[in-house]
Amino acid sequence: MSDQSPQQTPARTSYADRRKQRLDALARASADEEGGVSLIVSAWRRLRRNPVFLVGLAITITFVVLAVIAPWLAPYDPAARPLLDDIRPQTNPVPGPEPGHPLGGDDKGRDLLSRLLVGSQQTLMVGVLATLFGLLGGVTLGTVAGAFAGWVDSLVMRVVDVMLSIPSLLLAFTIAALASRPSQWTLIIAIATVQVPIFARLLRGSMLGQRASDHVLAARSLGVKPHAIVFRHMLPNALGPVIVQATLVLAVAIIDAAALSFLGLGNPDDRRPEWGQMLGAAQPYLGQEPHLAFYPAACIIVVALGFTLMGESLREALDPKTRR
Amino acid sequence: MLRFVVRRLLQMVGVLLVLSLLVFVWLRSLPGGPVSALLGERQTEARREALERALGLDQPLPVQYVRFMQRAFQGDFGVSTQVLPGEDALDIFLSRLPATLELSFFALVIAIALGIPLGYLAARRKGTALDTTSVIFSLVGVAVPVFFTAFLLKYFFAVEWNLLPVSGRQSIGLDATRVTGLFVLDGILTREWDAAWDALKHLVLPSLALATIPFAVVFRITRASVLDVLDEDYVRTAEAKGLTAKVIRGRHVLRNAMLPVVTTVGLQVGALLSGAVLTETVFSWRGVGQALAEGFLQKDYPVLQVLIMAAAAIYVLVNLLVDITYALIDPRIRTR
Repeated sequence: MSDQSPQQTPARTSYADRRKQRLDALARASADEEGGVSLIVSAWRRLRRNPVFLVGLAITITFVVLAVIAPWLAPYDPAARPLLDDIRPQTNPVPGPEPGHPLGGDDKGRDLLSRLLVGSQQTLMVGVLATLFGLLGGVTLGTVAGAFAGWVDSLVMRVVDVMLSIPSLLLAFTIAALASRPSQWTLIIAIATVQVPIFARLLRGSMLGQRASDHVLAARSLGVKPHAIVFRHMLPNALGPVIVQATLVLAVAIIDAAALSFLGLGNPDDRRPEWGQMLGAAQPYLGQEPHLAFYPAACIIVVALGFTLMGESLREALDPKTRR
Repeated sequence: MLRFVVRRLLQMVGVLLVLSLLVFVWLRSLPGGPVSALLGERQTEARREALERALGLDQPLPVQYVRFMQRAFQGDFGVSTQVLPGEDALDIFLSRLPATLELSFFALVIAIALGIPLGYLAARRKGTALDTTSVIFSLVGVAVPVFFTAFLLKYFFAVEWNLLPVSGRQSIGLDATRVTGLFVLDGILTREWDAAWDALKHLVLPSLALATIPFAVVFRITRASVLDVLDEDYVRTAEAKGLTAKVIRGRHVLRNAMLPVVTTVGLQVGALLSGAVLTETVFSWRGVGQALAEGFLQKDYPVLQVLIMAAAAIYVLVNLLVDITYALIDPRIRTR
């Protein structure tokens, strides 16, 4: 906090003492409301009591914990085919539930529950990596544009505008379709690329806001080196909206990955399961065996909802307009 | 105002030019390139070189680009290699455009007709059951993949309960006259009411599926924006003056709250275009989206080129129109 608290004002005369007491009283009074806490602390105070945020957080934590312990939880190897013998191409293409296999198998005789459990890992990886790469690219571009301003800013922003002029999911389809051999990585890159311009625009906006702020002016007049101003004074203060956006992008990335897999642009190698890909693979059986699509879809929806709830309430908590 | 429009038009031309360059470079920088896609399994070195020469692909890239643009201005984007082999790529786009326009139009109407009134009501009754339910519904709506919504609707309303047609734009065997390619409008224009009704029934499920995300977004923006405006001093002043609730709602709240909503509706055209790819695939709706999906899967580059450029052009154009509308509503924008 840059403001000196009133207690530290040296008190020499009785007049100053009285004034100090008045200021203290004033400070206490305003502290009762929202007082001398940072934006993050005050945001946390509101979030702690927000049921929407707590539900989102609970879903997210469950999902992450499941993904971590999935290999020990899953009763079968997700690539093994214990139900292969039950498959009859004409009469019974998808083995139903039976003892030991509560959700039944998939069309290749693999245990569905194990695949769902282990699938959380790949889904989490796709979501996190796509968001991370998008964030890295966007933060780099946004920092460059916001730090240099002038023609660099114009140039970067025109490129960003062109990327934004294609609907984002359509752009992701295009990038994924261009890969000669689709894989998990082409999927991640396609989704990440689409997020770059969004992150860049957001960060550039708040960097420009920082540029004009008093503390940057103060740092500049104190002779702080330009790169230190950018990285230690502007960037940390400008990252807020970008981090909120990243939480929301996690949800978008998981949903978009499912859409890409649905169109056949995802990872064709299904030994390591991923929910989007499982949903895509369930397509031919949509009419007869809807549960095959229903389980991975439900997982995707719940997890995406968890990230969305968290992101939305974070955004609301950090937005000064909704803080009344 | 004129200067504003001209400047935005010039910007749009610039964006489209850069985009054409990007699409061109992308599609040609593929490993193997378009020729491998054309030849597929029958690929040999000699065949490959012959075809590359025939298509002008042995020329340097800048030369190829200039030629590509020359042809593009004459409306020649090459012929389809996979989706409809031999068919002109631009013709495929044009013949499929009405189907997608019809679908997107209905989806957008549903999204706006539900989203704005619900958003207004939710804001007016903030904290009530209606507000909470609609907020939760809109959050879930965004979390469900579009194609899964489409599949659920199809599974229950068409397959299980048999209420609406499963797929397509019109029943097979129905002899309807074509005028515009928009089937419902055609039916109304030619007074073939049964055809219009049939087409409308086919439209219900796909447009509902496509409308979910735009609805959720329009709803949330309307709610947030009405909440903002309700807190404004001028609304309190209007109330203090004793104006009727109707006048306050129409003239003071809604008019000011609609500004961000207009922008959002424009941006939803993007969600509609990419959503159409998924929805049309689920419902076998023979529109631009389905052609795109096939193009992606089968790597039909000429078709992809046209469709992606056209999609971007539509998106940019719609947003230009939105900006102009916005400037008309809000004079502050013009002077900026």
